[in-house]
Amino acid sequence: MKLSLKLTTLLAPVFAIIVAFGLSTIMLYLIGEDPIETFKIMYDYGKTGKSIVSILNRSVPLYISAVAVAVGFKMGLFNIGVESQYLMGALLSAALGAAVALPSFLHITLIIFVAVISSAFWAAIAGYLKVKKGVHEVISTIMLNYIGTGIIAYLLANIFFEKVELSTTAPQTDLLPETARIPSLNAFLGIEDLPNLHGFIIGAVFIGLLYYWIVWKTSLGFDLRATGSSPMAAKFSGANPARLTILAMMISGAFAGFVGIAPLTGYFFKYTTDFPSGLGFAGITVALLGRNHPVGMALGAILLSFLERSAQILDLKDVPKEIEKIMQAVIVLTVVVAYEVVKRYVTNRQIKEASKVVADD
Amino acid sequence: MINFVKKHYLIILPIVFIVLIAQMDKYDQLTTSGTFGAAIRLAIPICLAGLGGMFSERTGIVNIGLEGMMIMGTWFGAWAAWLYGPWYGILAGILGGALFGLIHAVGTVTFQVDHIVSGVAINILAAGVARFLNVVAYADQPTQSSTQSPRIDGDVGDFTLPYLSGGADTPSLFGYLQDLNYPFISDIAGLLLGATSNLSYISIFALVLIPVAAWVLWSTPFGLQMRSVGELPTGSESLGVNVYLMKYIGVMISGGFAGLAGAYLVLESSGIYREGQTAGRGFIGLASMIFGNYRPFGIFMGSGLFGYADALQLRSDDAVHGLLILISLILFIFAIKQLIEKKYINSSISIALSIGFLIWFLNSETVPSEFVYFTPHLTTLIVLSSASQKLRMPQKVGQPYRKGELS
Repeated sequence: MKLSLKLTTLLAPVFAIIVAFGLSTIMLYLIGEDPIETFKIMYDYGKTGKSIVSILNRSVPLYISAVAVAVGFKMGLFNIGVESQYLMGALLSAALGAAVALPSFLHITLIIFVAVISSAFWAAIAGYLKVKKGVHEVISTIMLNYIGTGIIAYLLANIFFEKVELSTTAPQTDLLPETARIPSLNAFLGIEDLPNLHGFIIGAVFIGLLYYWIVWKTSLGFDLRATGSSPMAAKFSGANPARLTILAMMISGAFAGFVGIAPLTGYFFKYTTDFPSGLGFAGITVALLGRNHPVGMALGAILLSFLERSAQILDLKDVPKEIEKIMQAVIVLTVVVAYEVVKRYVTNRQIKEASKVVADD
Repeated sequence: MINFVKKHYLIILPIVFIVLIAQMDKYDQLTTSGTFGAAIRLAIPICLAGLGGMFSERTGIVNIGLEGMMIMGTWFGAWAAWLYGPWYGILAGILGGALFGLIHAVGTVTFQVDHIVSGVAINILAAGVARFLNVVAYADQPTQSSTQSPRIDGDVGDFTLPYLSGGADTPSLFGYLQDLNYPFISDIAGLLLGATSNLSYISIFALVLIPVAAWVLWSTPFGLQMRSVGELPTGSESLGVNVYLMKYIGVMISGGFAGLAGAYLVLESSGIYREGQTAGRGFIGLASMIFGNYRPFGIFMGSGLFGYADALQLRSDDAVHGLLILISLILFIFAIKQLIEKKYINSSISIALSIGFLIWFLNSETVPSEFVYFTPHLTTLIVLSSASQKLRMPQKVGQPYRKGELS
């Protein structure tokens, strides 16, 4: 029996999901809940029309965040700082977007542009520190997350909030005007009876394509991947690792800038202290799960959003919905191990086949 | 003497500046015994995490999962302390961390997953597990919440050095010297007083562990075997060392230390488990390990520095304001150094930044509280970027090892 490489690779996430379900079954059993019943409730709730819209809306920023992380991964860089990068971009673009009046298309373009540029520059700091100062990007991006959170809190409360004349005391930026809002797709799809399906989902598809194009179809992408898989070889082929590192961090940050766009222009319309956070970390999960593949990450984002959404119902049934967090985490951990096992299995088989070919000659 | 100063001016100058700045009334919190006492309490978990990182990296396994293991330490520590008492909390914290160390070891040693990927996954897993367990364990408590535990009585009694620091109703020499308010002498007395008074037995236990850990890793055959695995695993294997076992032990000890650090945070600092209370301290521990060049004493010094930054952040906004002038002065010295080395562009940037900080210092009374909060993280970043070039890490750290394969 001959399985292709791609098909074998698909086994890994399937295996991981099975392990995650197995472990959560055990845990549910241990805390005295009926596992089958629980999964059934989750599934039934997750497949309603309302839930599907909510799942798709959730997956958009999650997917983009995963793409941002994946760009770094492709070059062997671990951008753990997507979290503060996208929040930084979202805050600045929300503040600027509310302050100007422009035709709709220009307005939205401006918001996206500001978010992307500010996120990219915030990410560039980590790249610079790695290249010039030898600080590992995992540590610098994590520290920059804390620093960024502080700066954002300061800017929000002291610079942008004072201008808002509202009766609220919770720091927030002004509401975005109508021209800066991306419309929902409901009218277009004829599903007016459901909650809003946010229009930026089309943007997410484009971002996936853009990621694919940059990483697999440009010479820059080739250099990135080459440096990721063999830094030495890439160096000898003429790639400049220092320049590439900063550039890769900036591209990763630029993608991170898109993360906040969907919530900002789709349903929040302002930056507040409750603006969705944690997407940067969830993006790491999705990138690992989807193996940095544009389609794989999309499926991963949808899976995670499905788990998150369908776990909401558990509160009503008195089952701790945090079981979903464990499932997510177990999936990640198992999937990285499973990919490694599959990779080793495939390599071994390839070596065997190659030696057979040589022997037959 | 001159050579010593030349070599270590980056350490000596800031200390001298801090002492000078602390002579001003507004900034005297920079060197009081209270601040130093807090600094030591905050440095201990960072130091423990750093030692944990060292045990792992010395056997060749990068441990980004320290933060997650620390989270497990906070949760298990709080839970067991709530059920049975603080010492059980310490034990449970260590075991919880070591359990996650075991998971990391299975991933990286047996399955040879990329160390950083596995570590990141461990952090994600730990956050999820802590959240879940917290909901389940305290479900029938009146204070039930998914992010907090009930209040824990972590009191195990404390110890103050007699005669020198005034323990057991004896006179306090350091206290007397500190009250004299002489420059330097009083500041140093403040440091010693803070370091030797009101130390809880848990702190003492942790402080004793630091030299013990250093001794085990540096001066025992077991420690030598462990270190050899990180330097030249094939060589160790040929001499009969069980490389896999050593790596497993190293990573599990690492997790144990991180777990202890977590339990310490709960029992000593907050008296409660709170989600996110580790606040990156596992990573700061990792940074202190890099800063300390993978050596116990260096880690101790590094964590002291970060603990100090953390203590200032917690104790006094005014003192952090005093740091602005410190940064300005240090940048100014950098500028002069770069000028001598004829790096004119870098020099002018440093000068500009230096003046910027000076202006900020002169035109403000306090640093915004949002900025004060990230003092330790910013310190970490600055220290690492000025110190991380002359490092010697274990030869094979981060590289997979498979028995029987030459590398």
